[in-house]
Amino acid sequence: MNNKNNDLAWRVGGPQGSGVDTAAGIFQRACAVGGLSVLGRREYYSNIMGRHSYFDVRVSHRPVHVHRDRVQLLTTFESESLARHAVSVIEGGALFYAAKDTDVEVTEITYLDPRAKQDLIAYLEERGLPPTMAGVLEDARDRGVQTYEADYDQIVQLLADDLNVAHALAARTMNTLAVAMSLALVEYQRKYVYEALEKTWPGRQKIIDLNVAAVDLAYAFVRDTYDTSMFEYRLTPSDVKEPCILLNGNQAVAMGKIAAGMTFQSYYPISPATDESVYLEAHTTFPAGNGDEGSVLVVQTEDEISAVCMAAGAALTGARSATATSGPGFALMAEGLGWAGNNEVPLVITLYQRGGPSTGLPTRSEQGDLWFALNAGHGEFPRIVLASGDLDEAFYDAAEAFNYADRYQTVVVHILDKTLSSKTMTMPPYDLEKITIDRGEIATPDPDNKLFPRFAVTESGISPRPLLGTPGGMHWLTGGEHTPVGRVTEDPVVREAQMEKRMRKMETAAREIPIDEKLRIYGDPDAAFTILSWGSNKGGIREAMEQLAEEGIAARLVQVRLMSPFPTPELEELFASATPLVAVEANFSGQLAQVLRQHTGIACDHLVVKYNGRPMSGRELHEAFKSIHEGNAETKIVLRNPNE
Amino acid sequence: MTTATADRKLTAKDFQVPFPNDWCPGCGDFGILNSLQQAFARLGLEAHRIAVVGGIGCSGKAPYYFPVYGVHTLHGRLLPFAQGIKLANPEMTVVGVGGDGDGLGIGAGHFVHAGRRNIDMTYIMFNNEVYGLTKGQAAPTLALGLQTKSLSSPNIQGQLNPLMMAMTVGFTWIGRGYSYNVKKVTDLIVQAIEHPGMSFLDILQPCPTYNNLHTKDWYAGKDLDSGQPRVYWLEDTDYDPLVPEGADDAVLNAKASDFMARVHEWGAEIPAGVFLDNRSTTTFAERIETRIGNYREQPPNKRSIADENGKPTADLTTLFDELRMT
Repeated sequence: MNNKNNDLAWRVGGPQGSGVDTAAGIFQRACAVGGLSVLGRREYYSNIMGRHSYFDVRVSHRPVHVHRDRVQLLTTFESESLARHAVSVIEGGALFYAAKDTDVEVTEITYLDPRAKQDLIAYLEERGLPPTMAGVLEDARDRGVQTYEADYDQIVQLLADDLNVAHALAARTMNTLAVAMSLALVEYQRKYVYEALEKTWPGRQKIIDLNVAAVDLAYAFVRDTYDTSMFEYRLTPSDVKEPCILLNGNQAVAMGKIAAGMTFQSYYPISPATDESVYLEAHTTFPAGNGDEGSVLVVQTEDEISAVCMAAGAALTGARSATATSGPGFALMAEGLGWAGNNEVPLVITLYQRGGPSTGLPTRSEQGDLWFALNAGHGEFPRIVLASGDLDEAFYDAAEAFNYADRYQTVVVHILDKTLSSKTMTMPPYDLEKITIDRGEIATPDPDNKLFPRFAVTESGISPRPLLGTPGGMHWLTGGEHTPVGRVTEDPVVREAQMEKRMRKMETAAREIPIDEKLRIYGDPDAAFTILSWGSNKGGIREAMEQLAEEGIAARLVQVRLMSPFPTPELEELFASATPLVAVEANFSGQLAQVLRQHTGIACDHLVVKYNGRPMSGRELHEAFKSIHEGNAETKIVLRNPNE
Repeated sequence: MTTATADRKLTAKDFQVPFPNDWCPGCGDFGILNSLQQAFARLGLEAHRIAVVGGIGCSGKAPYYFPVYGVHTLHGRLLPFAQGIKLANPEMTVVGVGGDGDGLGIGAGHFVHAGRRNIDMTYIMFNNEVYGLTKGQAAPTLALGLQTKSLSSPNIQGQLNPLMMAMTVGFTWIGRGYSYNVKKVTDLIVQAIEHPGMSFLDILQPCPTYNNLHTKDWYAGKDLDSGQPRVYWLEDTDYDPLVPEGADDAVLNAKASDFMARVHEWGAEIPAGVFLDNRSTTTFAERIETRIGNYREQPPNKRSIADENGKPTADLTTLFDELRMT
């Protein structure tokens, strides 16, 4: 961790609409094409233009799975980013700031929240510093941070003069300039930055040429202007370049669905799920072996109720169908979920959790919907709930969800979160050989048949399913309790038989699903110090455990993936030797910890939670685990960071 | 549009089921059921190609009375389910059946957006101005100030005009019938199903249990001086519902004016028949084809997604290439 080469966390901030994402994209691609591993973490406001957004890019020689909340290099163009993030730059780190911002007062920063303003002013006052950006910069220097002043106007003008173009045109390369200045500082070979530009604007030679000139200018400028010797971090491209793609969680899930042969998705726009459906729409047709064209029909509906009902209707015909949403949308889907569960319809619902309750934190992350995913919908019906922890799982789970749906003929809630949806990573292309498509028991009725017992009572609970439109397969479907042919009934005996049959499917699923799909163990499998967690916390926990291991402390992570049917016997066995048992969850209540107790009676010794809408870092988790190990921790530890 | 491929002449009996019916005696639903069965027979449809999709309410139970794929969905939600079925399996003849409360109360949002899509299916509204199955509350079609027997005081909410709404939101075939005119309603249903787009058929019906104002006798005009049925047929007038293929907005707007003149008629004279037959709007399937060229040949339910070894047929190479770094 002390190596200063190829271990960098870079942050760019700015008002939404000013190109923060573009800048981060160029930076990531430049590193990725140089064979380096890249991880991106995007923080944005529920706003289109003006409010603050920032992007962390972590670059390493080996794959990394979590962001850093304390960065080595920060680039800013305006005062809000400086005010918010200077404090997160580590000793030995550096930051770029705009010359014009020095005199800006904290109180003048329009979109900086009142609480944050107050806290920053108090912080500066405690240190005898003025409540201005000058004060912020001096504090940074006092903490051992290099501060590099940039007169961006002047730099843009230099470019304009070089190219003999208008200032306004040159100013459009602002994001590239900033990225290139950072990469120049870490002495990264600029040819990879050129390549990044070509990937950012494929085929648009004029724009590429303009931005290449900006890169050259930036590199020269950094060389001529700053004493870079005090900033020791460097990025060196790798000689070994494995095949790699750069993608985010929404894309990973979308591709998994395409691979699984999903042919229908209905959706209503909602953060942070929308981008998945938008990606599917943009790839509505694709090659499908043998020169054929595969496709997925994507329908934007009028609301989430329509989305879930339309997907259920489509699923009845045999099309693999899904919808994707977040908490507020899922709330509207509760009734539809119940209908699908009652009618044993294979339906996949991708649930990207965000801060709740209600409208909550629309663009921030949380794990607040586990209880909801497990219990939404009145009455009792079988459902599968599967939680992905990273972008590798996201793809394969998205595909496997359809196998579960078809095999067990029920709803599958594939649960992720905003952190995963917006996380970008370099990864090897997914391997479709790992996917097998299982349509479950599809009935092939005698075509002369008039009526088919779609809900025949069977030992496994699973009944052969005639697809709508199949000759001889006619039956009814109803939200009501029903007879084996689907006619509504209130008969007590038939009701009991159907309820038992439906619920029996869960026992079948619990028996058949392999343990590796139910849970995964990381770290030292024999360690007593046991961490229980789920979802995107995985990356930070593994990094924290690596650090503990270096300190001679053994720990293991049990990541629960299958929440329903809950892996009760497996966890009972695993946790018999757990001490302490530490639950880590991005919610207030420790929802998984309580579900564990509900099923096994096992209580966790500690609860490490975070519910400020931001993802957990390895650093803060390590701190929490260390204090637990040393025996001086509270039962419930809340991870807090007012500066993110 | 339908695909009529039965190999002998069918009758209504082919579309009956040997199960008891639990609607109240005298319910208008029986007439509509009869008309639907006759319509399916006349069209020569095969049972397995029909999906009757019901909402919740007395009318929502209609699916149980056909030997087809009957889908009893959720209150107000039959249209999304029906559209999902049709979009995924365009070869099916999809008929939605629901009440006025189901369709214009809780289902109003879906009613509006179904009109925007012009998917080829039929929506039949069993319109009796009350919520029958919950014992007679005012439905959105009951006029302001009317008091049916379940209400403790006159209705204080205004009424929606289903035909007006259907026109406004884009349904391309709009008709109205009266449940006791079984022959006429059968004709209308046949036309509605054959229309290549979103058809809406408003069928007025008495609810003998809860609507003591607009009863069978009332529709028969027993209280009128003329003693004639209130319902008259547009086909007996010079009203022309047709907007031909290729017609522009000017033609559609002119038709809207004629439509408006008739659609508000109520009381002693109630128009029925075909109000709109619009052939000028693209169907949703045509629009999908601009995105998915082989949609009709390979609809979502028929696509081959796996090879003989269960391996995905999808080839993600081009998708990976877009994201490729090294």
